[in-house]
Amino acid sequence: MSELSVNHLLGIKYLNESDIQLIFETADHFKEVINRSIKKVPSLRDITIANIFFENSTRTKLSFELAEKRLSADVLNFSASQSSVKKGETLIDTVNNILSMKVDMVVMRHPNPGAGIFLSKHVNASIINAGDGAHEHPTQALLDSFSIRERLGDVAGKNVVIVGDILHSRVALSNIFALKLQGANVKVCGPKTLIPKYIDSLGVEVEMNLRKALEWCDVANMLRIQNERLDISYFPTTREYTQQFGVNKKLLDSLDRDIVIMHPGPINRGVEITSDVADSKQSIILNQVENGVAIRMAVIYLLASKIKK
Amino acid sequence: MGQKVLLSSKEINIILHRLACQLLENHEDFKDTVLIGIQPRGIFVAQRLTKILLEEYKVKHIDLGFLDITFYRDDFRRGEKTLEATKTKINFLVEDKKVVLIDDVLYTGRSINAALTALQSFGRPKEVELLTLIDRRFSRHLPIQPNYRGRQVDAINNEKVKVMWEENEGEDVIYLINR
Repeated sequence: MSELSVNHLLGIKYLNESDIQLIFETADHFKEVINRSIKKVPSLRDITIANIFFENSTRTKLSFELAEKRLSADVLNFSASQSSVKKGETLIDTVNNILSMKVDMVVMRHPNPGAGIFLSKHVNASIINAGDGAHEHPTQALLDSFSIRERLGDVAGKNVVIVGDILHSRVALSNIFALKLQGANVKVCGPKTLIPKYIDSLGVEVEMNLRKALEWCDVANMLRIQNERLDISYFPTTREYTQQFGVNKKLLDSLDRDIVIMHPGPINRGVEITSDVADSKQSIILNQVENGVAIRMAVIYLLASKIKK
Repeated sequence: MGQKVLLSSKEINIILHRLACQLLENHEDFKDTVLIGIQPRGIFVAQRLTKILLEEYKVKHIDLGFLDITFYRDDFRRGEKTLEATKTKINFLVEDKKVVLIDDVLYTGRSINAALTALQSFGRPKEVELLTLIDRRFSRHLPIQPNYRGRQVDAINNEKVKVMWEENEGEDVIYLINR
């Protein structure tokens, strides 16, 4: 205990259970800090962090940046669309140029799966994966589990269903790893075309019927249809998708108990969930966003403390 | 590794009562004063003093808080281990209050320095005092001195002062350990 088993956060796959507990306990303290009137601590005043985003992001980028600033780190922001990447520079060159400016840690989002792992082998800095293609998005999974723990007391033994585009979702994969590691039961639900073929090898069951899935679960994590990643047509129309896999208030109220509704954002209101569900008491969507800052502070703090002077 | 008893349970009790009386002398009814125990070990001293003041000296109400200084320490990344945090519990504002910071052992003064920084997150206190059960003389790295001290000790650098409490370790006793 008291130290992470890894030097980078590349994916939940590389963590063990006590890493997750350590991150959660540390995040508990940071959650108290960010609810003070002065929300800043000076821990990382000698650390510089570069946020390198090769793909669009609002929530994750803001959340990381806020977490870094609340820890008093110096922050460099870089988005690929306004950079020399457009002029043909390679990833390693780009990052090494940034590291020459004495950067200790890199937070990276990249459209290619495994980009973070590749980078961690070639550059001398601590890497945090902020989403690599359809592969992993570890901080999102951590904050999702942290939010479940906060609402239901524990993650172990809970039934969680992930609904939507499982095939293209890094949130789904990281969540499955994280939930299974903590002893939760996981099912996925969505159009057959959007469920990966070998999903059962992860110890996850497939449920095609949304009502049955919701009746079984304690928590439903609703994913967005990743239109930007859909190269072919996976289902006839958005309207038909909504009819089969969208959650509305009527469906939610017809269940015999109150399940918890989660969504990693951005929400397509009226597609995967209706507005009255997103804004209902059962929804913890905004808690997830708040917890995101605390979780990212914890991850950055714990990884930074492993960087040797 | 040798160890000798620095203070026995009876001596600790007498010292705590004396410290409580000194606080009482300066702060009377504790209306504008708050006590803050520094985590993890200062909270035991703070809790004991609060108990004595409330039960034996019939002070009506005392605001007691616990302050974790982990994220404010100046040795982040300088040691081998990750610094692990404990809980901060301060349910009041220190704005315009007299604050008494309480810790068990004053050694280099760096913890108190961190505590003073951490305290700023909870408002601007009117004044800050320091109470410490054991004051290790001649080992300060910073110009920090206690306003109230239990016992002054001349310990050399490879010695360690260990304070044990009944509620935590089963017995009130303070050891001087030679490493």
